Amino acid sequence: MVKLKKYNGFLKLFVIFLTLFFIFSCSQKNYNLTKIEGKQLPVTEKANETPEIENFIKPYRDHINKDLDSILAYCPETLDKSTGKWQTTIGSLMADVCLQRGNLVFKTREKKDIDLCLLNHGGIRAILPKGNVTTRTAYEIMPFENSLIVLALSGNQILEIASYIIKEKKPQPLAGMTFTISKENTAKNILIQGKPVDVSKTYYVVTNDYLANGGDNMNFFLKASAKFDLNYKIRNVLIDYFKEVDTIPVKNDVRITVE
Amino acid sequence: MKRREFIEKTAASTALLSLGLSLSSFESNDIKHLTVLHTNDVHSHIDPFPADDPRNANKGGVSRRAALIETIRKENPNVLLLDAGDIFQGTPYFNYYGGELEFKLMSMMKYDASTIGNHDFDNGLDGLYAQMPHATFEFINSNYDFKNTVMNGLVKPYKIFNKNGIKVGVFGLGIELNGLVDKKMYKETVYNDPVEIAQDMTQKLKKEEKCDLIVCLSHLGYNYKNDESKICDLKLAELTQDIDLIIGGHTHTFLDKPTIVKNKAGENVLVNQVGCYGINLGRIDFYFDKNKAHTNQGKSIIV
Repeated sequence: MVKLKKYNGFLKLFVIFLTLFFIFSCSQKNYNLTKIEGKQLPVTEKANETPEIENFIKPYRDHINKDLDSILAYCPETLDKSTGKWQTTIGSLMADVCLQRGNLVFKTREKKDIDLCLLNHGGIRAILPKGNVTTRTAYEIMPFENSLIVLALSGNQILEIASYIIKEKKPQPLAGMTFTISKENTAKNILIQGKPVDVSKTYYVVTNDYLANGGDNMNFFLKASAKFDLNYKIRNVLIDYFKEVDTIPVKNDVRITVE
Repeated sequence: MKRREFIEKTAASTALLSLGLSLSSFESNDIKHLTVLHTNDVHSHIDPFPADDPRNANKGGVSRRAALIETIRKENPNVLLLDAGDIFQGTPYFNYYGGELEFKLMSMMKYDASTIGNHDFDNGLDGLYAQMPHATFEFINSNYDFKNTVMNGLVKPYKIFNKNGIKVGVFGLGIELNGLVDKKMYKETVYNDPVEIAQDMTQKLKKEEKCDLIVCLSHLGYNYKNDESKICDLKLAELTQDIDLIIGGHTHTFLDKPTIVKNKAGENVLVNQVGCYGINLGRIDFYFDKNKAHTNQGKSIIV
């Protein structure tokens, strides 16, 4: 009987040894890759919905929609970037709003005033339709995350801005600056805040971060002697403005005159 | 009494022994099937595109993608679900919730891992850090050094997934941040050369860890026709070895089928990318064999 017990112990060890041996010998061998199949599966309306996922998204979606569709202001007529050769109602509005709201931040921080605003025509991504203005409107006009940047430019670079606008032949959103395009296709009567441009003076120009980095070939912005990031997204500029006003003004004033 | 005990034990041992033997002999002829599913540049597209969208009407949507993934999991539970970055930015879901919903939904779909795209820095490192508790999947990047940032320790240089006995090594490569992302967003994140890092990673995963399959999650971009000097997935595939699959992103490239590229050692590498916005789900099936008869056979690629 005693002997048997000993034999049992040996057997246990033997089994453990064998088991380990087989596991070890298995792990020694690597798998060989023999076949690869690749394809792309389109996600379309033919695929089923997943109720669990759908129910999980719903409260998030409802909250966003409620917020996006809350009415902030009223627009008496549709403001469109495609009507107007040298200025548009929506462009002038956007430039005015960026100048005004950007200046609130700039003045508090730097104790100086912004003189003018230049944005790009291409940056306006939608119309401002007649009727109720909502947060969604601001997202549609400005889906990008661009924010306001103030640049210190010399009077000479202001002249470059005028030349750029004439050359590009687009109604670039402009505020705080007016000029006349002469018969020779050059800029004259350039006024900043109603005063003739002074080439020896420093002007503070507000624009978006994309253009401030030389986007759309606005290379004059790269020559800025100082740069101030307002950390203020243009979309939020619009939302704050819509909350502030009751009825959106229609800006029909002429900023660029053609002789 | 004792005698009965002996018989029982002997019987049990024999059973165990034969089980062990039969298991190992079964394993050696076994064909293993791994399905890699992947997305890239989903950019917060949680809802499908509306019916009046000019380009992608009725396409995409997380709920449908989840159903598609679930169907595939039922067919083959051996799935590795991956994303190649730019999870963030593109719809108000991101503006309102900062990526919380994106991470929670990917966790619900049981994503295994994602790499980091340039837009995942859009709310800064702090914005990314704040969403980390909502992700149950791994973040893998090998060439960004987050040592001096809040993300330190939260991003793995590589991860080995054991999928039903198949060792899959996954590493990740991110794009140069300077000039693409505002410095104030990525702060002290250091960008290292993707090719050098890829070589370190394959050395580690193939030679040391003896992985059966190596997958690179890349946000470098498919290729740049106007900038020959810029590193991209096609170039990465050519300049390295031991990578089996590069899952790409960044360039929002729609491919008819995965691209096959010859690597430095003359072996085939698969490079794939499935556009953007969750419009497509990439699927690559890998079949492995332990049978010695196949050892010297080349692998067949059907795309």
